[in-house]
Amino acid sequence: MSNFHSTPTAAPHSSVLNESGEAMKTSKTLSDNSEPMLKLHNVGKSFGNLRVLKGIDLQVRHSEVVCLIGPSGSGKSTLLRSMAFLEEYDEGEIYIEGQLLGWVPENGKGRKRAPQSQINQVRRNVGMVFQQFNLWPHMTALGNVSEALLRVRKLSADDARQRAMAMLDKVGLAHKAAAYPAQLSGGQQQRVAIARALAMEPHIMLFDEPTSALDPELVGEVLQVMKTLAKEGMTMVVVTHEMGFAAQVADSVVFLDQGQVVAQGTPHEIFHNAEQPRLQQFLQNYLDRNAFWQDTKEVSPV
Amino acid sequence: MIFDPTIITDHLGDIGQGFMITLGTWSAGVALGLTLGMLIAVAQLFGNSLVRAPLRAFIEMIRSTPFLVQLFLVYYGGPSFGLNLDPIPAGILGLGIYGSVYFAEIFRSGFQSVARGQLEAADCLGITRLQCITRIQIPQMLVIILPALVNLITILCKETAVLSIITIPELTMVLTGIGSETFAFVETLLVLCIGYLLLVEACSRLGMLLEVRVGRFMQKQPR
Repeated sequence: MSNFHSTPTAAPHSSVLNESGEAMKTSKTLSDNSEPMLKLHNVGKSFGNLRVLKGIDLQVRHSEVVCLIGPSGSGKSTLLRSMAFLEEYDEGEIYIEGQLLGWVPENGKGRKRAPQSQINQVRRNVGMVFQQFNLWPHMTALGNVSEALLRVRKLSADDARQRAMAMLDKVGLAHKAAAYPAQLSGGQQQRVAIARALAMEPHIMLFDEPTSALDPELVGEVLQVMKTLAKEGMTMVVVTHEMGFAAQVADSVVFLDQGQVVAQGTPHEIFHNAEQPRLQQFLQNYLDRNAFWQDTKEVSPV
Repeated sequence: MIFDPTIITDHLGDIGQGFMITLGTWSAGVALGLTLGMLIAVAQLFGNSLVRAPLRAFIEMIRSTPFLVQLFLVYYGGPSFGLNLDPIPAGILGLGIYGSVYFAEIFRSGFQSVARGQLEAADCLGITRLQCITRIQIPQMLVIILPALVNLITILCKETAVLSIITIPELTMVLTGIGSETFAFVETLLVLCIGYLLLVEACSRLGMLLEVRVGRFMQKQPR
């Protein structure tokens, strides 16, 4: 259960408790001088004639939590999926812990898609969580979490089971190990999906709108698991519409519009000092939507 | 109508043997058809156009010619291109090839029924394509395609009657033979029908049991 404490932790919070109850020193500057965990340089992607990503630069440092926000169609999901090479980005480079993702140089003329084994090797430390959970419905919660441990990590049945149970316990679902996805609520399914990704001990977790398919009252339990992960120092990139989560947990918020990074900064800079008209307009939608409980004329959602 | 049961009881041994040959050629043909069909479906889904084009032609060729003609081609035409088979292996091969293209179409639709996102999730975890097929796609698609598979398998059961044409002593050949010798057509044809009915019914029952088994995960309530 110490997977997340073994790495030098640099959560953005002054002090957090780990599971054994001792306070861990945390500092944001710890790994600033080291290589970024994730580095995007001039990443572009086109679907036919439509250029959905237009030269994105982004760096994610160790233990950093980056939230990608933006209107639908802004390219934020495509960008995130590119980081796991679920989309073949066709311009620029994505480096995961220093290794180029998805492409190998072709002698003389540009580059070609890397062999699948090499792609898997580069992204072996990347965990992905999807909007639609994408659990395998014919396997139990335990089966979903242990499958890759058995088939990819080649753990023994006992070891895989033990690790999978520990992961389910971590997301609070050990008692649902024998349940099939159809027997779980959306929130529970998404927590199983998070456990499934965590079981592979990723260094970076990517979340693609993890709460967008959930009923509002189920969003909290998933966000809670993600907050715990962030506190434990997991490096995370999260595409989200949950502005409250971004404000509380993110170190950096990136606002995308029409395939470009329009604004990037701390939650405070993005949510309180938004200068770009497009960003102001985008945030105003959230203010309006949540206005029902506000008596006073609040100008910020945070 | 005169019904003489001794016609049947006198030939029980032959009839039993014919029944077993029908069962044997049917099972072997279905096994071959399922295997070939799966290979064709996988090659069509994951192969490049160099693989897909000839397969498409093969499927069209088999689908648009009668089984009887295909069987003649394998058994009587086979020796011309170096394929010297005894009747029973030739019959099994013919049945397997005939079934394979239909099985392939069923499998193809089955593969497409599994949501892409599930494969992406597997991909991200480093699960290989082959593991994906055997561990994730096939178990799920079975729920959807099992009725179609059982249907085709029962059709193939009845197609084994055609094998009598290439001198295989299966149920139809044995009983029509007894019929022509004794002129007891009602007795023999009735028993022939009952023979096929038993096989098809057993197959359907087995299919229904399997459907419950492979669809267990879809139940909302824990067992």
